[in-house]
Amino acid sequence: MRVTVKLFATFRKGRFDMEVRIVPPGSTVSRIVEDARVPESEIGILLVNGRHSNRMRELADGDTVAIFPLVGGG
Amino acid sequence: MDKILRVDMGAKGGPKFRTEPVGEFAGLGGRAMTTAIISREVHPLCHPLGAENKLVIAPGSLSGTAAAMSGRISVGCKSPLTGGIKESNAGGQAAQVLARLGYAAIVLEGKPEGDDLYKIFINKDGVEVSVDNSLKNLPNYPLIEKLKGQYSDRAAYMTIGTAGEMKLLAASIACTDPEKRPTRHCGRGGTGAVMGAKRVKAIILDDTGLKMRPPKDPEKFKDANRRFVEGLRKHPITGEGLPAYGTNVLTNVLNEAGAYPTNNFRAGRFEDAAKISGEVLAELEVKRGGLATHGCHRGCVIQCSGVYVDKDGKYVTKQPEYETVWAHGGNCGIADLDVIARLDFLDDNFGVDTMDTGAAVGVAMEAGLIPFGDGPGAIRLVEEIGKGTPLGRILGCGAAVTGKVFGVERVPVCKGQAMAAYDPRSVMGIGVTYATSPMGADHTAGYSVGPNILKSGGDLDPHKPEGQVEMSRNLQIATAAVDSTGMCLFIAFPLLDLPETFVALLDMISAFHGVTTTGDDVTALGKSILKMERDFNTRAGFTKHDDRLPRFFLKEPIPPHNITFQVTDDDLDTVFNW
Repeated sequence: MRVTVKLFATFRKGRFDMEVRIVPPGSTVSRIVEDARVPESEIGILLVNGRHSNRMRELADGDTVAIFPLVGGG
Repeated sequence: MDKILRVDMGAKGGPKFRTEPVGEFAGLGGRAMTTAIISREVHPLCHPLGAENKLVIAPGSLSGTAAAMSGRISVGCKSPLTGGIKESNAGGQAAQVLARLGYAAIVLEGKPEGDDLYKIFINKDGVEVSVDNSLKNLPNYPLIEKLKGQYSDRAAYMTIGTAGEMKLLAASIACTDPEKRPTRHCGRGGTGAVMGAKRVKAIILDDTGLKMRPPKDPEKFKDANRRFVEGLRKHPITGEGLPAYGTNVLTNVLNEAGAYPTNNFRAGRFEDAAKISGEVLAELEVKRGGLATHGCHRGCVIQCSGVYVDKDGKYVTKQPEYETVWAHGGNCGIADLDVIARLDFLDDNFGVDTMDTGAAVGVAMEAGLIPFGDGPGAIRLVEEIGKGTPLGRILGCGAAVTGKVFGVERVPVCKGQAMAAYDPRSVMGIGVTYATSPMGADHTAGYSVGPNILKSGGDLDPHKPEGQVEMSRNLQIATAAVDSTGMCLFIAFPLLDLPETFVALLDMISAFHGVTTTGDDVTALGKSILKMERDFNTRAGFTKHDDRLPRFFLKEPIPPHNITFQVTDDDLDTVFNW
């Protein structure tokens, strides 16, 4: 199945901004995080289709996963 | 900071000033000071632009010391925009300099007759109030250019642009940064109009020959400040994200979360948001020879600002803040950083709040004056403000007035003040703050975006009403206290996430004053400020019905999550029950 992966801020350095990944059905968010080589401990915000999510969530075809470090401003 | 300067602008024979001991206001700083003076001395039913209103300028209680991040200055008055009490604070150099001069507050009172325009100069030798009609009609940048040749290199300036002179309701008070650019504004609530009504164009503060304010216990203070800075550097938000990308790092986050108000709050996602994101902004600044990392005042260790230059490397404006990039960008369907930077410059130059101005342009687009996405059209509209045309004066009075004049229903304001870059339907926690803050819609008054979206300082589901009232209450209390110290609000991220950094701040306050300060003292201070502000607003005629969002937030679901604001009125009425 196809999953769109978006990385932001410092996570883009040496990686990518956005990629479409083909992953086996039943894959979880963790799989995407591992594939993208993002250090788990540095993740601040994880969104699947614009909703906060945890790493155990099973993904569906067409999902978008957005991964941010801890960021703030305002 | 043991004295208060009172300038009676309306005195017979011309303005008269007197310096008096700080007296009953001793120990107060920033918002605690402005709120205490306004609530005690200003008639709540006065006309905000009349002689009865006062403009109070107060450095934070830690300003002027060696404490990192202590450079916020508070300005308070009865707001001409909201009709309620107002405290608006800004960075820049003014807080540090005014505090070293020893003033806990400057209070501008009365109102002169006639057309003369005044400037007030303060240094270690005293105070000078003089007529300077050559400053009339000068926007902030040329005004500072003209003034800075006349004063010491150390001087800091607080000024109004043309919008303040015209007493427009969104007029700001500009504070100069370390490079003497008028880029840091007390933007919210029309404080610039009150300064304009008092006919004061510029306050020049010069601390030549003066030293930092000494702590009671220098060793403990130094150690606490070291631990405090360590926390700021260690936390990813203040140590990494803000210095690298600035506040605009939030564009992508809010947009991904479907909470980015687009085209005047019609949608929660802007398809071109990536083009104006903090990541792109920082890259462009570096590529063009600007700066992606810059502090708004000396002593700032976060350095969330920057310098935006054009394609030829020429200065345009400071790095536009997230709220500005949103207000003039996604909120108006505009995805061109050069257009947004130009608008930021125009706002700073004329001296208007970027949020209320951007929201006013969005409302004007909704009304059909120009289409959404029309960058050159947005620039033309904001230029009207500088010209003082009838249309410009309407826009310069903010979103609420613009909506009324043009018959628009979707106007994103509370108590007459425009919301910021977070839709209250998809970030319900910030909706509680917008609705209930005594300031009107003010995201900084209780930044529930932290626990709702950023997962800093807690973890609440942004799409559910549960827990939002309590979160907003606690954040509003904490913020009122932080706003009194002169500390930049961004310290709240490490403060809420790292217990040892909160302890370091308490230790620093204790060492400075020589009196032990606890977390309970901080909470009590915050509560006392909110209580005074709520009481003033009640006396000014506000009721619980003013603590509400505009009805369209309850009726129109916002895509992509298609939700409405769900915190009940009864729950909103409990925010200040503690």
